[in-house]
Amino acid sequence: MSTFLKLLARNRLAVFGAAVLGAIILLVVITPLLPLPDPNATATADRFKRPFSDGFILGTDHLGRDLFSRLLWGTQLSLAVGLAAALIAGTIGAAIGIVAGYFGGRIDNVIMRAIDMLMAFPYILLALAIVAALGPGLLNALYAVAAVNIPFFARNVRGVTVSIAHKEFVDAARLSGMGHLRIITTEILPNVLPVVVIAMSTTIGWMILETAGLSFLGLGSQPPQADLGSMLGEARAAMITAPHTSIVPGVMILLIVMSVNLLGDGVRDALDPRLRSGALSRPMAATLVRRDETPPEKTDTKAVLSLENLETRFEVGARIYRAVGGVSLAIQPGECVGLIGESGSGKSVTALSVMGLVASPPGVVTGGAVRLNGQDLIGAPYARLRALRGDRVAYIFQDPLSTLHPLYRVGDQLTEAIRVHHRISRDAAHERAVKLLEDVHIPNARARARSYPHELSGGMRQRVAIAMALANEPEVIIADEPTTALDVTVQAQILKLLDNLRRDRGVSILFITHDFGVVGQLCDRVAVMYAGRIVEEGTTAEVLDAPAHPYTKRLIACVPELGAGRRELHAIPGLPPAVDQLPHGCAFAPRCHKATGLCATSDIPLDGRKRKVRCILPEEDVA
Amino acid sequence: MGGYILKRLVSAVPVLLGITVIVFAIMSLIPGDPATAILGSYATPENVEKLNRDLGLDKPLVQQYFIWIGNMLQGDFGRSFALNRPVLDEVLDRFSATLVLAGAAFVLCAVLGIIAGVISAARQYGWADRAITVAVILGISIPSFFLGMMMILLFAVRLKWLPVSGMYAIYGGGDLPDLLRHLAMPAIALSLVATGVVARLSRAAMLEVLRQDFIRTARAKGVGERRVIWGHALRAAMVSIIPVLGIQAGFVLSGAVYIEIVFQWPGVGRMLVDAILKRDLLLVQGGVVFVAACYVFFNIVVDVAQSLLDPRIRT
Repeated sequence: MSTFLKLLARNRLAVFGAAVLGAIILLVVITPLLPLPDPNATATADRFKRPFSDGFILGTDHLGRDLFSRLLWGTQLSLAVGLAAALIAGTIGAAIGIVAGYFGGRIDNVIMRAIDMLMAFPYILLALAIVAALGPGLLNALYAVAAVNIPFFARNVRGVTVSIAHKEFVDAARLSGMGHLRIITTEILPNVLPVVVIAMSTTIGWMILETAGLSFLGLGSQPPQADLGSMLGEARAAMITAPHTSIVPGVMILLIVMSVNLLGDGVRDALDPRLRSGALSRPMAATLVRRDETPPEKTDTKAVLSLENLETRFEVGARIYRAVGGVSLAIQPGECVGLIGESGSGKSVTALSVMGLVASPPGVVTGGAVRLNGQDLIGAPYARLRALRGDRVAYIFQDPLSTLHPLYRVGDQLTEAIRVHHRISRDAAHERAVKLLEDVHIPNARARARSYPHELSGGMRQRVAIAMALANEPEVIIADEPTTALDVTVQAQILKLLDNLRRDRGVSILFITHDFGVVGQLCDRVAVMYAGRIVEEGTTAEVLDAPAHPYTKRLIACVPELGAGRRELHAIPGLPPAVDQLPHGCAFAPRCHKATGLCATSDIPLDGRKRKVRCILPEEDVA
Repeated sequence: MGGYILKRLVSAVPVLLGITVIVFAIMSLIPGDPATAILGSYATPENVEKLNRDLGLDKPLVQQYFIWIGNMLQGDFGRSFALNRPVLDEVLDRFSATLVLAGAAFVLCAVLGIIAGVISAARQYGWADRAITVAVILGISIPSFFLGMMMILLFAVRLKWLPVSGMYAIYGGGDLPDLLRHLAMPAIALSLVATGVVARLSRAAMLEVLRQDFIRTARAKGVGERRVIWGHALRAAMVSIIPVLGIQAGFVLSGAVYIEIVFQWPGVGRMLVDAILKRDLLLVQGGVVFVAACYVFFNIVVDVAQSLLDPRIRT
């Protein structure tokens, strides 16, 4: 509750709304105590007095009545009617919703059908029909507005009731012999009440507006009684000669509705957990870069892609998560390098940092360089980054169902990938797209190009994603767990396909995975990541056969081997450290059985020439 | 596709029946004798009895309902007492005027609302987003009838840019430019609330979509940001925007009542209010059923548009 109020208080618009609404309500409450003239006392001699003249604060209307007094009394009436309508609609709607949701079955069906019918009306029309039948009058307008809002409450409450009607505590109450009425009042109602209150807070503004509207049309309050709507309606005749008589009630309606809306929005936002974590911000076109120093140009390297001391962080509020903490890695032409690690080790963030695809906010690249053929990509202007994305460096992502656009045909998605980088006709691009689909062994490629992603199997979708990566014959493909979402046989096919493509086309691959088996099949070299850093690097054979870092060794020991008999599987004790509170020294030390006091004293460098390890007590000598 | 449209049309039949039942039920709520209500309290008993017979009000309710439905299916919506004219003729005349007004307002709210929402989402927390957010809050809070009056004061009375009211000029009007000059203010006043709602929901839908993986894929392909936003993201967001447009169409259609009164637009809303004040109940009944039925069909159009956009719901 206190976090809710705190969140609400932080929302400046909601606070503003609450203040305005509070002031209006206070004014209305003390109205009977104020020394105001009778709101209905006519004085034809004082017609249409301007505001601030002759002692009339807001002037007078067409019958010489004091506008300020009428405004306050009218506001009181409008608020009361709106609130009453909300209470009636909320109560009846909640009752209907609870009955439908609690009893379910045919009762639910009949009630909800009827609700659907009511919702099929454009809804002021329904209110008009009700007023037509009952006759004009404020009370009838109130009933009409309440009635047309009942379906909204009934629907919301039914949804909540259905979700709790079969919870354990309700079943327990039923088994203990409680009657339906008692269960509803003691078990269901307390849980439904907050929903009703929130729904009221978001609709009461509408109801005030609607009753004012009916009064404006002359169908609500009848003279001499006046709410804000009928004040405005009466003033309309003199709108041109005495505009203040219209503006005064109009502005008041605006203020009330606006403050109620602002407060209602604030309440809803404060209760929505997604907004709490700040997750509803959209990622920008490229990751933010905030480097203290720009690394010098370096062109003497043969590597097609090299990462140097790359650092990427997530900044959420005051918290900083160091996802990538200084990663260096070089990939030679035609080479396949595996980057392996547990979930949360920073391997995917490393991969996405290369082309500035880390979601920002909250991601920020805070240091290091990513060189493509020697030229730094970090901090490169967006236009250059965009020109290289998909053209020189292409990505294959994990789950092709969510990474392909669900509403575009796969052929069109391929065609687009080509046409953003090459000025060729749509037809030529389409031909090329079909050819690409054939290259990745999709049977009946021409027909498949017309399919939507949801019409393809998981393996087929991943083939499409691979075809898309190949579209512009890139130098580097970054594959971020491309086989994780697939079953084992399909996984083997996809790996074979990638391997063949690499050999045929000489493309370099950075392969991100958590699976040593996959690394063994595909990669020339492998780097092992732990807590945002590389802890070991070497050729695949060396690392797999003789792991040097205790972490690698334990990780490989975790992989079950087919037909290897009764070898015991050893899970690594403990959990990887949270990257917002990394320990001093070696991040693995707290889980390492070899750890000594020295491990936690200072940063441990990644040592070695071809074979590298970040450990002072390595399992194998790598020097 | 044809099958889908047919299915939706068939499913509209019970809804239409339900609408007639509801309207009929409401009308039978009228306290006392409807014939007296129509003729007024000074009517002679003979006249009341004759009218009751003419209207079939001496028969049981269920029978009355089926007679009413049967007549409507033959195009007979009854006769307006105040206007001494068939209800359907009057409704059709007036509805065409409402359709012009509500149609213009709907196009405005859809186009402006979506554009504002997309810009707001793409520039989240930037100055454009803040400006749009404030404008949306004001827009959805201002009563359309008050806004209409203020617009008349400013643009018609003060600046004399546009005519005060009506659909056509009394002398020498009647062409399209004349209509547009008369249409501008009421259409804008009517669309404002709906524009705000559409903008707000479009922004939320876009923010939701922009976080999806396929947007990252588009960027990884090298698709330019403009195309990512207005192509990939908006296309996906439309799936949740279109149902909102359907709801807003209902708001615009019913909100036209106020605007037609303020701008003296000869539409069906003003006709209904006049009919209610004159207790011309058959006209109210016929008008409400007709407009509600049109709205049901419009919603079918929305559903079909939705299915054209999203291949996953087309089966």
